[in-house]
Amino acid sequence: MTNEYIVLSAILFTIGCVGVLTRRNAIVVFMCVELMLNACNLALVTFAKQHGNLDGQIAAFFVMVVAAAEVVIGLAIIMTIFRTRRSASVDDASLLKY
Amino acid sequence: MAFWILAPIMVVAALGILFVRKAVHAALLLAVVMISLAVLYAVLDAPFLFAVQIIVYTGAILMLFLFVLMLVGVDASDSVVETIRGQRAMATVLGLLLGLVLVTGFSQIALGTAVGLDEANEGGNIQQLANVLFSRYVFAFEATSALLITAAMGAMVLAHRERLTPKSTQSSLAAQRMRDYAETGKHLGPLPSPGVYARHNAVDTPALLPDGTASELSVSRVLAARGTVRSAPAFADDIDEVRRQLAAGRSDATADPDRMPEQGGKDGAPATTEEDVPR
Repeated sequence: MTNEYIVLSAILFTIGCVGVLTRRNAIVVFMCVELMLNACNLALVTFAKQHGNLDGQIAAFFVMVVAAAEVVIGLAIIMTIFRTRRSASVDDASLLKY
Repeated sequence: MAFWILAPIMVVAALGILFVRKAVHAALLLAVVMISLAVLYAVLDAPFLFAVQIIVYTGAILMLFLFVLMLVGVDASDSVVETIRGQRAMATVLGLLLGLVLVTGFSQIALGTAVGLDEANEGGNIQQLANVLFSRYVFAFEATSALLITAAMGAMVLAHRERLTPKSTQSSLAAQRMRDYAETGKHLGPLPSPGVYARHNAVDTPALLPDGTASELSVSRVLAARGTVRSAPAFADDIDEVRRQLAAGRSDATADPDRMPEQGGKDGAPATTEEDVPR
């Protein structure tokens, strides 16, 4: 009964993965990372129910906390880059290449 | 049941994130996915995570995304230029392969019947979560508090901007105006207000200069950029239209066609002045 939840979480993770690889706008890339984290959370909560054990829900809770911290810092970095380069495209932030 | 309704919606919304051009639309589609996920958590016997998902993810994180989108510019859409050749196609193929492997893998294994959380949730899900969180995971919990405060400090430092020029005060602005007037002859006073006519006093109607042309200074730059500023002949057409309606409305005996509101003025004043005579 929990199999389809895992399959759905795999599909969402894959979509997030492709989004990170194909999109150019840094904010949309970030949203796709969030989608991948959410897919993992769904798997964790499903396994908590599968095994009758609350550890999975605790892990999902910690993932949410870390995601919140990560979003705050990531968006601040995107804003700083936008301020200096007037662009939110990941292709424009390539100074370290040279 | 809820799963089979929500799963297609979530997959379609997630696919939409890949294909929509505007970042705001992607954020809204992500909101759909997150709210659906919250409902699935409720179905999976995780009422605490249901509330946290809605409050933290859709409430806080997505609002943060939208705020940054407003700061960065809503129309900051993707560039289509590929810096690495064939990267998009390669990424799509690899993503499809990954999805195929994961989905076939997970559908081939049988997890068996779920144990269910009825026993673990004895006495309430939140109480049991607190029991686990504050006993076995208490160090991880303390570490997340350190992480959150570090993140808050980091965001403040990153978003902070030093003021490089002194703040302009009212007196310095006045001095600047006088200097502009002395150097370039720029008008000292406030900008002209938009046109106020008998039937039009909206902000998108420019004031008319003595020679009949519209004054560009009297309407907001934003309205001019949007192209919603109206021209003087359009007002004249509107006035003619209203005048015809008025004339049709008072076709009774007391009507005096020479005394229209926009021509009347005070009682006893001449009904038409030189300016009102149509050319």
